[in-house]
Amino acid sequence: MIEAIRDAMDVMMARDGDVVVFGEDVGFFGGVFRATQGLQAKYGKTRCFDAPISELGIVGAAVGMAAYGLKPCIEIQFADYMYPAYDQIVSEAARLRYRSNGQFTCPMVIRMPAGGGIFGGQTHSQSPEALFTHVCGLKTVVPSNPVDAKGLLIAAIEDPDPVIFLEPKRIYNGPFDGHHDRPVVPWSKHELGEVPDGHYAVPLGKAAVRRTGADVTVLAYGTMVHVALAAAEETGVDAEVIDLRTLVPLDLDAITASVGKTGRCVIVHEATQTSGFGAELSALVQETCFYHLEAPVARVTGWDTPYPHAQEWDYFPGPARVGRALLETMEQ
Amino acid sequence: MSDYAPLVLTVPEPAVRPGGTPDFSNVKIPRAGTVARPEIDAEPESIRDLAFSIIRVLNRDAEAVGPWAGLLTDEELRAGLRDMMTLRAFDARMLIAQRQGKTSFYMQHMGEEAISCAFRKALEPGDMNFPTYRQAGLLIAGGYSLVDMMCQIFSNEKDPLKGRQLPVLYSARDHGFFSLSGNLTTQFIQAVGWAMASAIKNDTKIAAAWTGDGATAEGDFHAALVFASTYKAPVVLNVVNNQWAISTFQGIAKGGSGTFAARGLGFGIASLRVDGNDYLAVHAVAKWAAERARRNLGPTLVEYVTYRVGAHSTSDDPTAYRPKTESDAWPLGDPVIRLKNHLIARGAWSEERHKQAEAEVMDTVIAAQKEAESYGTLHAGGHPSMRDMFEGVYAEMPPHLRRQRQKAGV
Ligand SMILES: Cc1ncc(C[n+]2csc(CCOP(=O)(O)OP(=O)(O)O)c2C)c(N)n1
Ligand SMILES: [Mg+2]
Repeated sequence: MIEAIRDAMDVMMARDGDVVVFGEDVGFFGGVFRATQGLQAKYGKTRCFDAPISELGIVGAAVGMAAYGLKPCIEIQFADYMYPAYDQIVSEAARLRYRSNGQFTCPMVIRMPAGGGIFGGQTHSQSPEALFTHVCGLKTVVPSNPVDAKGLLIAAIEDPDPVIFLEPKRIYNGPFDGHHDRPVVPWSKHELGEVPDGHYAVPLGKAAVRRTGADVTVLAYGTMVHVALAAAEETGVDAEVIDLRTLVPLDLDAITASVGKTGRCVIVHEATQTSGFGAELSALVQETCFYHLEAPVARVTGWDTPYPHAQEWDYFPGPARVGRALLETMEQ
Repeated sequence: MSDYAPLVLTVPEPAVRPGGTPDFSNVKIPRAGTVARPEIDAEPESIRDLAFSIIRVLNRDAEAVGPWAGLLTDEELRAGLRDMMTLRAFDARMLIAQRQGKTSFYMQHMGEEAISCAFRKALEPGDMNFPTYRQAGLLIAGGYSLVDMMCQIFSNEKDPLKGRQLPVLYSARDHGFFSLSGNLTTQFIQAVGWAMASAIKNDTKIAAAWTGDGATAEGDFHAALVFASTYKAPVVLNVVNNQWAISTFQGIAKGGSGTFAARGLGFGIASLRVDGNDYLAVHAVAKWAAERARRNLGPTLVEYVTYRVGAHSTSDDPTAYRPKTESDAWPLGDPVIRLKNHLIARGAWSEERHKQAEAEVMDTVIAAQKEAESYGTLHAGGHPSMRDMFEGVYAEMPPHLRRQRQKAGV
């Protein structure tokens, strides 16, 4: 998936001289996950460069550049390190268009590796998507596979507004399904690992059905799509697994069509539960599908604790927990 | 038509990249003993030049020379050497343990041992360090248990932090070692706050803040300088300039300011640069700065000039961004060898005693590791419980978390 993300930036830097890429270690080295490898050599160090270790500086500078007319696609080394930049994101990037009545806009993408499953402890594992979906003026994207990652990132770079692009780092190398004791199949052996060449966009705001099913709808994104697919296979529950891909704007039509059909809904995310994005999804399902529901909407999420190191697999919502929720929902 | 040529963006570059010949000719190194030692109550304005020089005690012949020399006894120097050797042996064993899968992650100190080991000796009980992940010498030189450190690294059943924290992000309140966050520089300003609290309460304790060169770019660093300056907080503000921040050379964080110590000048903070590979110089400067803080003379910024010999962490491979032999070309040498040679020159040490000490130190570390491993390693043996994961979020567990813990079945 890293190659797909790099490819998206490469395609956009070649097509559009206004696209610039910067962040901590992204220049000569090509980023700690190597997502920008080769871009400085190809486009020069004024289009791809190392930033001082200041997340507020990186985002604040990008806001200025975007207002000038560039299209910064910046990297925050880990989503866990975005907090110093939060003011720049929330009060500045997100509101620039609105408060200047369109005199200034902020077309930029903030890429951040997110999520757990790598024994990274609390500073390399968080899923802060709800801190962005709660902010008006931001779009929030979470890809689950290389084909989408490239198309969504291209769409994000082309978007006229700021986009938060959360990359589930645990699936950089393959579709991790939560079975940490088994080897991960590389993306090269997966159909969604075959990334088309050149320019294409996956539109923001469109979900994808990863598995069709009749009994229960699973709403998931990022790594949890693969966990949900594994849970459906292992329990034998005929689940319809929807990969949301974009959280804001959300493809509500896809959700209501599916829940209207199945009458049941399980929501899965890695982030903590209280005020997580699952709460928004649950409310929307209740508002739009109430008369179709045959069971309460269920949530499987990270526990409401900081992300632990040693207890990673107790914390991470794996196929066993998701499977249990599927079975419980079917029993209602 | 404009009279101006088009603007161009400046992006600093290190002198050499992989494949090139290492070159530190830009690092100006004054002769040992040549930098003055100001009075303890010197006005920051009157010692501005110390932010642009390098205070050094050990000369090329391993003698201690100049006004910063003469503070430590043979006994203290031998203890300092042993601390640094212990830290080095500890690192070596933990790097192997990480490769063996006994822990997920490790960060080593190679080349920077003198800084945390010597600094620790300038503090008093009750003082508080707000360290980064590369100051384990504060614990080792303070007599903290190697077994406890390893238990944290192995996330085992005796991990003092119950498996919650990433390896090496220790916390040891009783040893003056604040809980390490992992988010860079957040703690630099907290050290200032701790020091302000000591002053508010008319206490006599001081604080020490720590950051790397790269992380001085964070806003928290600048906030810390203004608070320390405004309130004359009793704090030592330490910047460990090891030339690299992962793959990013120090010029990216430093910009045009000349040195990191010079960052303090605009805030009116006494600012010094010291040879970070010289145990005696580090100790002397740390003492001076701590003394100023304790006498209510305000904060001191200290830049330690050193070099990160090893990889940034076990997730890093520095050959991708700097010449392999760059560390050999580092002009300030190795802190362990320099102190060893000094002790020999003083007639207080010998090659034989050094060899013997090396073996003893390694035995001590291996014995500690054996014990720590008997309590488990990351994927084997005793480990923190799932209950531990739910506890300690709040002083008292709120109902929603209790419900979640029940649901988890623990
Ligand atoms: C807020 C924040 N941003 C980014 C990181 C990732 N990171 C960890 S260490 C590091 C480099 C720090 O370099 P420096 O300050 O020079 O310290 P050194 O590692 O050289 O001791 C980076 C970028 C982080 N831990 N926290
Ligand atoms: Mg550094």
